[in-house]
Amino acid sequence: MASGKDLSVVICGGAGYGVQTVEDILAKVLKRSGYHVFATREYMSRVRGGNNSTEIRISSTPVDGMVDEIDLLVVLSPGVRENIRNRITKNTVIAADRSSVGEEFEKTDGALFDVALGEMAKEAGGAVYANVIAAGLVLGITDASTDQAEEYFRSRFGKKGDKVVDENRSACGKGLELGRDMAEKFPDLAPPEKDDTSSRRVMNGVQAVSLGAIAGGCDFVTAYPMSPATGVLAFAAQNASEFGLAVEQVEDEISAINMAVGASYAGASPMVTTSGGGFSLMYEGFSLAGVAETPLVAHLAQRPGPATGMATRTEQGDLNLAVHAGHGEFPRLVLAPGTIEEAYSLTARAFEIAHRYQVQSIVMTDQYLLNTFRDVDPDDLTAAKPDKCLVTSGPGYRRYEDVPNGVSPRSVPGLGKEIVGCDSHEHDEEGHVFEDFDLRVRMSDKRFRKGELLKEDFVPADIRGPENWTRLVLCWGSTGPIVSEALKDLELSDTALMRIRQIWPVAEDVVAAVERADELIFVEGNHDGQLENLIRSVTGRSAQGHLRNYCGLQFSVEQVRMGLSEILG
Amino acid sequence: MTDPRIFDLPEADMAWCPGCGDFKILEALKKALADMDMAPEDVVVVSGIGQAAKTPHFMKCNFLNGLHGRALSHATGVKAANPKLTVVAIGGDGDMYGEGGNHFLHTVRRNPDIANFVYNNMVYGLTKGQASPTSPRGMVTPVQTRGVSSEPVNPLALAIVQGATFVARAFSGDVDHTAETMKAAIKHRGYALVDVFQPCVSFNKINTFKWFKDHTYRLGDEHDSSNRSAALALAMETERFPLGILYREEGRPTFEDSLGIYEKDDTPLHRRSPDVDKVRETIDSMA
Repeated sequence: MASGKDLSVVICGGAGYGVQTVEDILAKVLKRSGYHVFATREYMSRVRGGNNSTEIRISSTPVDGMVDEIDLLVVLSPGVRENIRNRITKNTVIAADRSSVGEEFEKTDGALFDVALGEMAKEAGGAVYANVIAAGLVLGITDASTDQAEEYFRSRFGKKGDKVVDENRSACGKGLELGRDMAEKFPDLAPPEKDDTSSRRVMNGVQAVSLGAIAGGCDFVTAYPMSPATGVLAFAAQNASEFGLAVEQVEDEISAINMAVGASYAGASPMVTTSGGGFSLMYEGFSLAGVAETPLVAHLAQRPGPATGMATRTEQGDLNLAVHAGHGEFPRLVLAPGTIEEAYSLTARAFEIAHRYQVQSIVMTDQYLLNTFRDVDPDDLTAAKPDKCLVTSGPGYRRYEDVPNGVSPRSVPGLGKEIVGCDSHEHDEEGHVFEDFDLRVRMSDKRFRKGELLKEDFVPADIRGPENWTRLVLCWGSTGPIVSEALKDLELSDTALMRIRQIWPVAEDVVAAVERADELIFVEGNHDGQLENLIRSVTGRSAQGHLRNYCGLQFSVEQVRMGLSEILG
Repeated sequence: MTDPRIFDLPEADMAWCPGCGDFKILEALKKALADMDMAPEDVVVVSGIGQAAKTPHFMKCNFLNGLHGRALSHATGVKAANPKLTVVAIGGDGDMYGEGGNHFLHTVRRNPDIANFVYNNMVYGLTKGQASPTSPRGMVTPVQTRGVSSEPVNPLALAIVQGATFVARAFSGDVDHTAETMKAAIKHRGYALVDVFQPCVSFNKINTFKWFKDHTYRLGDEHDSSNRSAALALAMETERFPLGILYREEGRPTFEDSLGIYEKDDTPLHRRSPDVDKVRETIDSMA
């Protein structure tokens, strides 16, 4: 059973059974009822069938990580897969329709609560309502507000007419009754206390990246659909007129980035959104942006590779891909948000820095983070005022003026009366091809002086732990909050956690912390220890231990807790 | 009418071979722009890689000399960010139809308001004489040692079939006609292809100046350029190639139109400020 402060609910069902709808109902109604909610989804690469799941943690305090523990498993369709079955314990209560799932749970440890989901759904108006009944069941266990549930159905289905609203409400009501029965039968399933969550907002990773980009001044989005990055393209397209965004689904990733470079040259603030396979196609255009010094942001949503890998799963396997993106040498910024708040703030920051230094930023998320939602404090979503840092060209203007800090004054065609050049070749100050070896060195040095600025104007790592720490656990991206929760449980008096948010260039604060530590432990979601290798190459320090996960699913809190316990003996 | 010399770049280090057809195309381009009273700062010449793609380094104007095959993507981005600019995308047959073939296909469908001038000499010049997508079958090269075995790309037919709104062909040997055709293409609202025949004096010994002279003819007034089927029939002619505007369709929405963001406000993106308050409102409206 959860430690008394939260309830872990897993909803399982084939694609097409409406697991996502359950997620949506619960997130909104529970949050509006005063609970903190966290949810994350795992799904198969298919449109119908299979068996997907979502985990929802309902809590009295904010939670931000995936756990293995399942207090309540709600089963919408048979064929629950091993990754869920393995997590059923004697404390797990399973709500399933025995007439549909048969003997599936006979040999598991969990206690089965037989619910005639199919029958009840028919009564409510059709088989499609099974998921709404399931959502009601979860709400019934908690102390969720029935007014909020009503309000939800009115606002979500109002446009479809009263009948649809009523059927949904009645289905939910049936579920609520079931949930109350269950709560009596399984008193240990008691929900956590409520809190005042009225000022908080439920947001997922896709929304956080997208809104962060817009807050950072993004006005141009090009992409080719690819999981798990597509959500950001869809968000941009659906909100294009609201925010004045130029959005195009292009023929391939090559066109996506080259269109973005063209737009940036002409004064747009572009973002491309893709996954590893797509980003590798963008390398050539990314290099063009590098030599041309056109600011742009690439959102790189990781999934397991190589090639198609596991198309709908999660991994942190693309750190090298990002840090080494492109051919030739040029500075770039690589940021890795770990939380929903950071997905917003760091995406905005990626635009800020891209424009300030005329460089390319990569924001690294992954399937887990994008498909996670949680209630957040809107005040934690911070962004500087967007500034494209443009100048009006005057007489004698030269786009690539060799200035001391390397950041040439940037104008765009039509802003001023002078010519603005842009070239993929090594070029002179005006942007013209001029094959001269001294010029090559001068221009390359000019570009790399901007790289130094990225080390000075950096996003600090998040270091937390006892003041006298001697051991440092390091991680990056979405594993951060999970490691944080695991470490809290372990209560180690000598260990701090460093979540590195600016991956590249590695900044002074990271180097200093690594040098101070007696012992380094890395936790990351890949096979090779890409962050570990990067830190060793920069600092010369080797790790004393590491925990790696590359099965396609995110770490759970328990997995990290156990793994760290083993490493620490 | 402006003097074409305002587009001259006197310090340019010309990299084209003596006698190259590119010189005449450059002359025609400057003439076309000057005839339309354009100034160097109004125009963006976007190009990829290849001899033709060097054009913006030999004239005075805004320019983006990008990657091999990607000029149409760059150009579409430029125009979408600032529809007030006159955007011309330039490249050779290898650049536009080979490396950039996919972008060519989809740019035609997208219909951005750009003019696309393809210097078509039916051979790869910069890399010294390999076959291009428009090389005739049987042409022997250092790589196609048994002769070109693929069918040549028919860019005009391809463009017409895919819904291009302006399709024309010119010959560099006739500067005035090339300039007139370019002007019509630039004035056209939407994607405009002008495939410009041009001899490669160094590497193409088949399609010479004389060969182009003998194998082309000017379209007469009797051709109705609004007739798509007639245009396609002309594009399919391979004995003698018609020169002039094969097809022209006015009024189709451009890519920039379809973005929706310029419907009520034609301000280019670089002059707009994002409405950050709206982001806050959106967040506040969430659950």
